[in-house]
Amino acid sequence: MPPIDVEILARLQFAFTVSFHILFPTLTIGLAAFLVILEARYLRSKDDAYLRLYRFWVKVFALTFGMGVVSGLVLSYQFGTNWSEYSRISGPVLGPLIGFEVLTAFFLEAGFLGVMLFGWDKVGPRLHFLATCLVGFGTSLSAFWILSANSWMQTPAGAHFDAALGTFVADDWLAIIFNPSFPYRFMHMMTASFLTSSLVIAGISAFFLLRHDDKALARKGFSMAMWAIVILAPLQIFLGDLHGLNTLEHQPTKVAAMEGNWETQSRAPLLLFAIPDQKAETNHLELGIPGGASLILRHSLDGVVPGLKDVAAEDRPPVGIVFWSFRVMVGLGFIFLAVGAYGLYARWRGTLYTDKWLARACLTLTPAGFIATLAGWFVTEVGRQPYTIYGLLRSSDSISPIVSASAVATTLTLFIIVYGGLFGAYLYYLIKLVRAGTAPISGQAPEAMQGARPGLVVPAE
Amino acid sequence: MDLALIAAIAIAAGILIYIVLDGFDLGVGILFPFAPDDRSRDMMMNSVAPVWDGNETWLILGGGGLLVFFPLAYSIVLPAFYMPIMSLLFALIFRGVAFEFRHSAHTSQHIWDKAFFWGSLIAAFSQGVLVGALVQGITVVDGRFAGGMFDWLTPFSLLTGLGVVVGYGLQGSTWLVMKTENEMQDWARRAAVMLGGGLLIVLGAVSILTPLLRPAIAERWFGGINILFVAPVPLLTLCFAGLLYYGLFTKREVMPFIASIALFVLAFAGLGISLFPHIVPPSVTIWDAAAPPSSMIFALIGVAITLPMVLGYTVYAYSVFKGKVSAEGGYAKH
Ligand code: HDD
Ligand code: HEM
Ligand code: HEM
Repeated sequence: MPPIDVEILARLQFAFTVSFHILFPTLTIGLAAFLVILEARYLRSKDDAYLRLYRFWVKVFALTFGMGVVSGLVLSYQFGTNWSEYSRISGPVLGPLIGFEVLTAFFLEAGFLGVMLFGWDKVGPRLHFLATCLVGFGTSLSAFWILSANSWMQTPAGAHFDAALGTFVADDWLAIIFNPSFPYRFMHMMTASFLTSSLVIAGISAFFLLRHDDKALARKGFSMAMWAIVILAPLQIFLGDLHGLNTLEHQPTKVAAMEGNWETQSRAPLLLFAIPDQKAETNHLELGIPGGASLILRHSLDGVVPGLKDVAAEDRPPVGIVFWSFRVMVGLGFIFLAVGAYGLYARWRGTLYTDKWLARACLTLTPAGFIATLAGWFVTEVGRQPYTIYGLLRSSDSISPIVSASAVATTLTLFIIVYGGLFGAYLYYLIKLVRAGTAPISGQAPEAMQGARPGLVVPAE
Repeated sequence: MDLALIAAIAIAAGILIYIVLDGFDLGVGILFPFAPDDRSRDMMMNSVAPVWDGNETWLILGGGGLLVFFPLAYSIVLPAFYMPIMSLLFALIFRGVAFEFRHSAHTSQHIWDKAFFWGSLIAAFSQGVLVGALVQGITVVDGRFAGGMFDWLTPFSLLTGLGVVVGYGLQGSTWLVMKTENEMQDWARRAAVMLGGGLLIVLGAVSILTPLLRPAIAERWFGGINILFVAPVPLLTLCFAGLLYYGLFTKREVMPFIASIALFVLAFAGLGISLFPHIVPPSVTIWDAAAPPSSMIFALIGVAITLPMVLGYTVYAYSVFKGKVSAEGGYAKH
């Protein structure tokens, strides 16, 4: 156990705030796409059911979006407060990527969010639909840029370190943006968002089904979400496998940690359970499938899998966290696959809406996508340690030189308290929304969207 | 072509737009608890709800822009101002979620009323403190911040903090004069009369103190013939203060808002004159802090392409919500 110094505290703080933030984009990216589909279907069919679904989900979207905005703002300044050396050294490369995110994505989202939430009776249906589309496009574009920045830290390319300036200097922007791990990370994360949102939609629709709400409506939502899961779950597993092969090529030590593999060897086992011991450089209580890891990673039993001992002890990431997070993510991935497949079977048998067990399973899995997503990020980020920019800049050289441990500890404590409270409030209002259910279209014209944003419905006294 | 200068102008423009846009919506938050009744408070919140997120995005652009164009400055200023920046961020968190949570709440509404007010107040105050502390200068050794955690805390920075609170309050009140009617508007007008006076007093005090504090700034303003070139700034300030009061007393609706924006623009110009060409006074200039050309050019091309689009749809978004907010025709059904 290293002493609790500024570096550990700053890492904990960043890990905490960024993990908190990612929960909300994960949902807004997927929900935005869902809203686009709902509104398109409403415009095409003029079926009120889609409008009612839209009106319900746009409230969830607004609530979540607000949380994403405030927690994201914090991150953009935290680079500087806690990681000033990192900002100075890598700013010339990462700065423009983040700048483009603000210019192309954040402004688009923020500009049209107002129209999307409040403008239904101010602009025509077509313009309103355009606003929904642009907000949705904005969330994906934002993911594009920030994941490009993050991927550059994993697999830096297209820039060199200039010793005289003491910073990175960009040589080739296309190589920077489309760095080797970016396409995989972008696809995998976008699919994670869509899958997570589908699980949320399925879970809440299942709640409505179990509660015997408006049947037709609950069924529409549930059916759409179950189709999405059955397509996305296998796709995500396939993309994850490709992502892993890419990581094997560029970050072999990370893969060794994911597999809990200490010695470089052929016929490496696929470990189902183990307790990695960083000090003793071995695992306890191993249980594995012989040759499994070689088969998955090299597509041959005799394939050689890199081991952690290939690099010096101080260049290894914390193995336990990476190893177990990876298992949580992959395990959940297969559970999603199973649920999707069972849903398909139930649909074929005609029991999709009446199968109590399926509904209960979906309700239970409502938060599971978030857990898989966080686990995935833990693999990616912790597995990159002890570097912030893989192989080039160590985390210990990234930290702000002067900020004291007590200041970071104080703000970390504040973040935990404040975010904890806000998360409680968010869940409270979310559950309230869900309990209220999908309101029927009231007397006014369906265009009257004034109640779309939860913040603006003045409660009846 | 001097890239650093172009970038500095771009960033200054971004910060100015931020001050003008987020200024009034933070101001509305500062005035929130003093409004006559709950109905007015609903209207106040509704008048900024569709646009506040876009306004705040300019702040992200400010931070992002500094990282893009002047990473050295970013890496010095943020640790130096660790505490006011953290308080700004926490304040903006509370204020941002208040928009979403306030009306979802029944019994707990008062919590989000307070969050909105305190969040807006502390955010405005922190921004003022940051400006004052920057004018006073940052200790830099070898391109790294080398001062203490509390260097930013001085009577002067507290004064500028107060100034920004009063100034944003003025912007908020003149915005409400423009967006509301009847009693609500009368109330906003009375608030603007008082806040305008307060702002002029603080501006006067800051203008006297700044040259005293930093001789280099005195030299900039009063040295040789400089005074001829910079004299328009205080003179115009007086003109616009006159216009503000003329507009308020003759019950104009838009003029006070324009005049209060002009006051802010002038104060910002004064700041620019005082600091240029330093980005981290007193030692780091924009040329010292500039990013390598490959990054500058790439980002500036991006700015040139995207900024007109951003401005275009920002204007569009505002135009969708133009006109008065009122209980009947507003964004919310009462
Ligand atoms: C995969 C997607 C993703 C990832 C990895 C991140 N974000 Fe994020 N972020 C979004 C996807 C997103 C989003 C979907 O675009 C959000 C959510 C709600 C919103 O307003 O946009 C957002 C909001 C958001 C905002 C507020 C924007 C606004 O006011 O509209 C900021 C400043 C950041 N983010 C900054 C960051 C930083 C500095 C990150 C990394 C350290 C980060 N985000 C990771
Ligand atoms: C949004 C999903 C993300 C999650 C959940 C996440 C998670 C984490 C975690 C757990 C750590 C701590 C690692 C450790 O100290 O052991 C970390 C560190 C860090 N991450 Fe990420 N990360 C995410 C995205 C990003 C992105 C998009 C960037 C950059 C653009 C980024 C930049 C960093 C930096 C600078 C650190 C601190 C230095 C370090 O400890 O490596 N992260 N993140
Ligand atoms: C079961 C099959 C899966 C496999 C084989 C897999 C594989 C991987 C691998 C190898 C990484 C690390 C890449 C790196 O850091 O270089 C990763 C990261 C990640 N995974 Fe998975 N994954 C699977 C399922 C899932 C599921 C179901 C989700 C969420 C719903 C998910 C979400 C993520 C996220 C958010 C990351 C971090 C971002 C990134 O690096 O892409 N994964 N995954």
